[in-house]
Amino acid sequence: MTATIAPPTDQPDKPRLNRFVDRLDLISPLLLPAFAILSALIVGAVIIALTDIDRLTSGDIGGIFANIGKAYVAIPRGALGSVDGISETLVATTPYVLAGLAVAAAFRAGLFNIGGTGQMLVGGIASVWIGFTMNGPGIIQIPLAILAGIVAGAIWGGISGLLKARTGAHEVITTIMLNYIAAFLILWLLKTRRFQRPGSANPISRDVTKEGRLPKLFFFLDGDYRAHIGFLLAIAATVLMWWLFKKAKLGFELRAFGSNPDAARYAGMRAALLTTVAMAISGGFAGLAGASQILGTQGYATTSFAGQMGFDAIAVALLGRSTASGTFFAGLLFGVLDSGARQMQLDTDIPLDVVLVLRALIVLFIAAPELTKLIWRLRNVQSADTPTFQGWG
Amino acid sequence: MMAKTDVSTSEIPMPTTTHAPTEPTFEERKRSRNLGITYLILAAVAAVFLSRRAGSATFRLDGGRSFGLAAQPLAWFAVASLAVLAGIQLWRGFGSWNNIVLALGTVVMFMTFLTWAAAGRDFSLIGMLAAGVKFATPLIFGACAGIICEKSGVINIAIEGLLLNGAFTSTLVGSVSSFWVGVLVATITSALFALLLGWLAIRFKVDQVIVGFFINFFVLGMTSFLSSRLLTEHQNWNDVPTLGVWKIPLLHKIPVIGPIFFEQTIFVYLAFALVAVMTWFMYRTRWGLRTLAIGEHPKAADTVGINVNRLRYRNVMIGGAIAGFGGSWWSADVGRFNENITSGKGFIALAVVIIGRWQPVGALIAALVFGLSDAVADKLSLLDTGIPGEFISMTPYLATIIVVCGFVGRSRGPAAAGKPYDSQ
Repeated sequence: MTATIAPPTDQPDKPRLNRFVDRLDLISPLLLPAFAILSALIVGAVIIALTDIDRLTSGDIGGIFANIGKAYVAIPRGALGSVDGISETLVATTPYVLAGLAVAAAFRAGLFNIGGTGQMLVGGIASVWIGFTMNGPGIIQIPLAILAGIVAGAIWGGISGLLKARTGAHEVITTIMLNYIAAFLILWLLKTRRFQRPGSANPISRDVTKEGRLPKLFFFLDGDYRAHIGFLLAIAATVLMWWLFKKAKLGFELRAFGSNPDAARYAGMRAALLTTVAMAISGGFAGLAGASQILGTQGYATTSFAGQMGFDAIAVALLGRSTASGTFFAGLLFGVLDSGARQMQLDTDIPLDVVLVLRALIVLFIAAPELTKLIWRLRNVQSADTPTFQGWG
Repeated sequence: MMAKTDVSTSEIPMPTTTHAPTEPTFEERKRSRNLGITYLILAAVAAVFLSRRAGSATFRLDGGRSFGLAAQPLAWFAVASLAVLAGIQLWRGFGSWNNIVLALGTVVMFMTFLTWAAAGRDFSLIGMLAAGVKFATPLIFGACAGIICEKSGVINIAIEGLLLNGAFTSTLVGSVSSFWVGVLVATITSALFALLLGWLAIRFKVDQVIVGFFINFFVLGMTSFLSSRLLTEHQNWNDVPTLGVWKIPLLHKIPVIGPIFFEQTIFVYLAFALVAVMTWFMYRTRWGLRTLAIGEHPKAADTVGINVNRLRYRNVMIGGAIAGFGGSWWSADVGRFNENITSGKGFIALAVVIIGRWQPVGALIAALVFGLSDAVADKLSLLDTGIPGEFISMTPYLATIIVVCGFVGRSRGPAAAGKPYDSQ
């Protein structure tokens, strides 16, 4: 620390040239993800090549490269090359965006929400309950079911926030535990008479009524496309997140609290309340993700409708650097990878799971910007602010 | 360079003073009150729910022996004893006996519950306890790995990934060569993954929780990818002979204890041995004390000449090796690999670390509790009790939350865990 105080850099009366340079810097946040994705694709190709035992043993090196090339072409073609592909991409993207926003919102407040899966499960089960018990007009039933999902997710997330605020219990542990508790709770609920589908021996819920399903997105086209307005909800949630953290006072307080809790406390912010609210907002996004999966994609609840989404969402939020738009595009990338991978599996002999490897690598190169910079000899790219959660508190 | 010799002459009071402190602190009183309330709640549960069933349960032990317990009298005994414990606890507390009393209360409640569940039937108690010890094994390895890393100041969320890598590698390599070669390779590769964790966290200062998640993602992706790319085609690469039970001579003949602890696979014995060895090393050797130092106050450790980051690298690798070895428990137990076979056990191990208060013995006890609850849920699905097995399965997770909330005593992690160290 030097004794002199640096002049504030964000003065409105700054020389025009400097402002121009600042604007150039805006490109750099895109540059790093681009290099990260490129690095991931290269490492992924090496992994695919090294595991191609049949071709390696027959010495067909050209075939290996052709195969990888075909795979990397098939992913975008499968995901974006047809209406059906786009529809599937949107279906896959929606939960990534919503759950990703959940993790990102918590990141912004300096909290780590690993409980996306549990919050989705609870949100989904709440909305499926409204979904099959009501038979009202869709205009009332759908918003009500979505709201139920959001509220349930917010409560489930808020528990962790409240516990952290009141007792200091680390949210990483409580959210993991609440994931398991939610999973067992849902397993039990789906076997009760109220929820279980009549005549089924498996833990599957009754169907959401026809009125209660989210409307299709491509209703104006012929053909049965699965995309539903859950994607529009994801866009709306992205805008809401942007507004919250850019414009709203609450968002400002959350950000301040996230970057320096002590300073925020001295500034008179109520730390306990902020922690709870942050986790509740986070859980609300995840609950919405659950509601969208149930009311839009599936139409009924199973024990596994949330899958590993809570964990995948961490990758999404990291890739999107916890900003609203970043998370949206990261979710879109994951959706493209998911739906394109099916085409890839048809065109080549590479299994679907390669997507998991690619995702992990993208996360690595995003989360370790210094590593990416070192590999590509980048100098002036600004480092991403990856969130930190120092210690167990 | 540790000033180990003249602790007694230093001005810091020894933690183990012979005379008990006269005035309990606020924390202690709060804890005492919470424990008392817990006993009251347990007594109420026993009175309302567990006293409803007549009949007695027969618990089968080893060698054809068995004993019976009458459900209703036992329930009322539990109510009375827990109420008395609650009274004493709330009135003046048990002082240093708190934990022993808590253990006793838990055992009474557990037996009452089992008797209630199995009323009118017979039930292999030994079989269930032995299964509990078996299920605890991978958790013990995972938790020990976590403790070594966190004690040296590196948070290890990647236990799950390291276990999964151990399970996969030991199965693949074990299938094409021999089982123990597989275990060796699993140990080494997990140590290398841990080295990667250390490298990213120490050299690039990436947040340790995020690095841990990257390793979990990557290992899950790689093992799923490789198993669908290689193992589905080559079924013979996914077939290890499972490891048989190895009875320890003499010890396994001890009644009750023998069949629970000494008729297991070698992994179980090694897990217990690991806890003993770690406890010794952690608190009695130069390496252990240095590890504790760099986890609590790296700057001070650096000042007395400890190379903080080198020791962190080494410890993280040791932790990775332990987790990799522990992961091969699955190939020894199941004999094959399935996608995501560890199914979150690494995260439970993380909870075990915290509940065990970052101590090997504490972790052992916590792991046994988790293992036992798995075994109980397994058994209860066979007995038709009226309470859904899901709620039994849920109990340890709820208990974990209660513990981390400090309801029964606060547990505090190493002070420097999660913070990268710059030696400038």
